[in-house]
Amino acid sequence: MSDLVLYLLVFGTLGGAFAGAAILVWFERRLLGIWQDRLGPNRVGPLGIGLALADIIKLFAKEDWVPPFADRFVFIFAPTAIVMAMLLGFTVVPYTSELHIADLNIALLFFLGMTSLAVYSVLLGGLASNNKYALLGGLRSAAQMVSYEVFMGLSLMGVVMLSGSFSLVDIVNAQAERGWFVISQFFGFVVFLIAGIAESHRLPFDLPEAEHELVAGFHTEYSGMKFGMFMLGEYLGLILISSMITTLFFGGWLGPGFLPPIFWFFFKTFILICFFILLRAGIPRPRYDQLMSFGWKVMLPLTLINLLVTGAVELWL
Amino acid sequence: MLEIGLFYVAATISLISTVLAVTRYNAAHALIYLIISLLASAIIFYVVGAPFAAVLEVLIYAGAIMVLFVFVIMMLNLGSAGDDLEHHWLQPSMWIVPSLFCFVLLIEIIIVLSTGDNMLAGTVVTPKQVGIKLFGPYVIAVEIASMLLLAGLIGAYHLGRRYLSDVREPSAENETND
Repeated sequence: MSDLVLYLLVFGTLGGAFAGAAILVWFERRLLGIWQDRLGPNRVGPLGIGLALADIIKLFAKEDWVPPFADRFVFIFAPTAIVMAMLLGFTVVPYTSELHIADLNIALLFFLGMTSLAVYSVLLGGLASNNKYALLGGLRSAAQMVSYEVFMGLSLMGVVMLSGSFSLVDIVNAQAERGWFVISQFFGFVVFLIAGIAESHRLPFDLPEAEHELVAGFHTEYSGMKFGMFMLGEYLGLILISSMITTLFFGGWLGPGFLPPIFWFFFKTFILICFFILLRAGIPRPRYDQLMSFGWKVMLPLTLINLLVTGAVELWL
Repeated sequence: MLEIGLFYVAATISLISTVLAVTRYNAAHALIYLIISLLASAIIFYVVGAPFAAVLEVLIYAGAIMVLFVFVIMMLNLGSAGDDLEHHWLQPSMWIVPSLFCFVLLIEIIIVLSTGDNMLAGTVVTPKQVGIKLFGPYVIAVEIASMLLLAGLIGAYHLGRRYLSDVREPSAENETND
């Protein structure tokens, strides 16, 4: 791959991720509206798509205020961490067998590392705000993310066993031979999906910012574009998790030959994003202790049994 | 050449942030510098040809253990009182003996580096090689580590269990009294 294509790909990914996140703000509200039997935002521009632009202008134009009681250094650093970590996570996503920014032999671990670094944003934001609701939100997110990270990593080890590599390109190529891993690794897929929602702390697992009990959780004190960065990070996380599920379990760019491979990648990712929004529309928020005990008492045993059975099948069959 | 440049930049960042992590009075600031130091050492690992160790450094140390450190700081939530205490503890005279030891180590490193070979000429170690080594010659070390973790797990379970039964007993008595 020539340098020019690589640079185009890097800037395309950057621009595409930002634009995707901005459009998702509108798209999610529109879809939620349809599923909840109302119209949703439909006034600005065709189908209301101008709302994405209006939201961006609003966020940039709002007063950017640092509370005098906050820890200034950490308060400003916190929102940048989530966006940086999520954007770095995009570097290992393979769009097609040829079109990818970096095909590392540790790509899967790199992705897990970047999602685990994104936790700091929420944690430090909650700590630096010096506000009891923000602190509680940060505490919850720390416990939630550290717990769900364990199953998130373990659920992928079945995929690694079947494909024999941490490289995402190799994993998709293995799916060309052995069928999509969503069939052979169904429990791994379910656990990864649930852990993915918990990691990007989206509804129904948005306990760190549960507005019915914690005002707005960790971002209570944030305003303007700093708040916008948290939102941007959340939507980038949603896109990243969807594209990772596509790559790991739904065969990435594989698909019938009448359309180019890159179409299939984006089509599957799009369907998964819609599915995540449907989950938000359809499922109520669990209580916090229910979330934690569900994780440790259901998800962890399920993951371990899945790992054991996969290992046994690989070894003896 | 690029690798040597990357190595020295990462090493400098690592050194500076480690020193800052030690000297900060505010625990949250110290932790941020410590995390940066760990990330810098991950880049050093990557540059010297150990990508697997580099990612584990990010995943385990920066991504999990440091999160627990921040968690504890949040639970305690000392605020500015902690800073004052730390300020009180960290007198300049505290630095004399550690600095002396560090100076001796520095001299040793300079001697080693001036006689040793070029460290950056190493080969790349893939995850597969690490796995084969871990579950081949070093399998006993892995087993001992897993036993240690199991002991920790059982200990934590035991502590949590006793606490729960203490809480539940009075309410059970109340029910029978009623």
